[in-house]
Amino acid sequence: MNFGEWLSQPWPWYVAGPLIGLMVPVLLLAGNKSFGVSSSFRHICAACVPAKIPFFKYDWKKEQWNLFFVAGIVIGGFVAFNYLNSGAYAIDERLSAELQAYGIANFESPSPTEIFNWQSLFTLKGFLMMIVGGFLVGFGTRYAGGCTSGHSIMGLSNLQWPSLVATCCFMIGGLIAANFILPLILKL
Amino acid sequence: MHTEQVQDNIIAIWNTDFEVRSLDQAGSNESEQQHPWWHLLKYLVAGIFFGIVLVKSEVVVWFRIQEMFRFQSFHMYGVLGSAVITAAISVFLIKKFKARTIYGEPVKFYPKKFSKGQVFGGLLFGTGWAFTGACPGPLYSLVGSGVTVILVVILSAIAGTWVYGRFREKLPH
Repeated sequence: MNFGEWLSQPWPWYVAGPLIGLMVPVLLLAGNKSFGVSSSFRHICAACVPAKIPFFKYDWKKEQWNLFFVAGIVIGGFVAFNYLNSGAYAIDERLSAELQAYGIANFESPSPTEIFNWQSLFTLKGFLMMIVGGFLVGFGTRYAGGCTSGHSIMGLSNLQWPSLVATCCFMIGGLIAANFILPLILKL
Repeated sequence: MHTEQVQDNIIAIWNTDFEVRSLDQAGSNESEQQHPWWHLLKYLVAGIFFGIVLVKSEVVVWFRIQEMFRFQSFHMYGVLGSAVITAAISVFLIKKFKARTIYGEPVKFYPKKFSKGQVFGGLLFGTGWAFTGACPGPLYSLVGSGVTVILVVILSAIAGTWVYGRFREKLPH
């Protein structure tokens, strides 16, 4: 297997995890930036719809680096998906059995195509998973003061105990939602 | 003019979440150097790299997130755990050797202040993470991967952030 083929395979956790962790020193050394993604939503609010709300009243242009960073993530997603792609995803048997009972059988797209498509935005299931889900991501991360990158990676690596609290709550919220709420939605 | 300035100061004092550096009055003596705009391109490059890793590690995959929350796969725990360990060693080394940025400035760390928001917001974000199968980084990278409907999810996340900002004072912190 040559290097190009290897790159096209899914990368194992012990390769991908350390590469993600290296984002922390890279951003710090590149210009004292704390690794974080969800604050980009706040900067977009501050730039586009501040509406005289104090929380959005700051010089967002000083935080522009974060918008360049997330624009890069979009481009990176494009590059990886179009040039380094390996095809369908191998899913745990218990999960695929559970999902097939809800009519989800296509494991070739990163997000299940049966739900994550434009038409299903207008169904209750699609509305709850995409619109309400997205809203909770934006509201929850800002309320918590960070997301997986800002709290779970940047915060934990700097030994900040509030970030440990936040990370535990991310996991508890996700556990409850995935095991008890999501099955009800998928049944719709 | 004067009242405007007073108001700005009040906002700066009240806004102590330290996630926005331009609000951080304590850091007012920092010698933030001015650079031409293209210096920001290095963050674009860092983002491209991060976006590629997110796709290749399958952190962007909805199914992987479901496996994680159902304890059906170790993969996500391995990714997050090894990321934290790598980042923690890096932070330790930066502090120990007092490493400087490429511009020669000392590296600064900002403490995270505890608030009830980490509990309430954390639980809400966890729910959104399970529904969408993506945290903010993967949301951006999914758009690049051609799942265009995720743009709506991002817009909704921006709306959620706006609503939080609007009602911030009324929420328990």
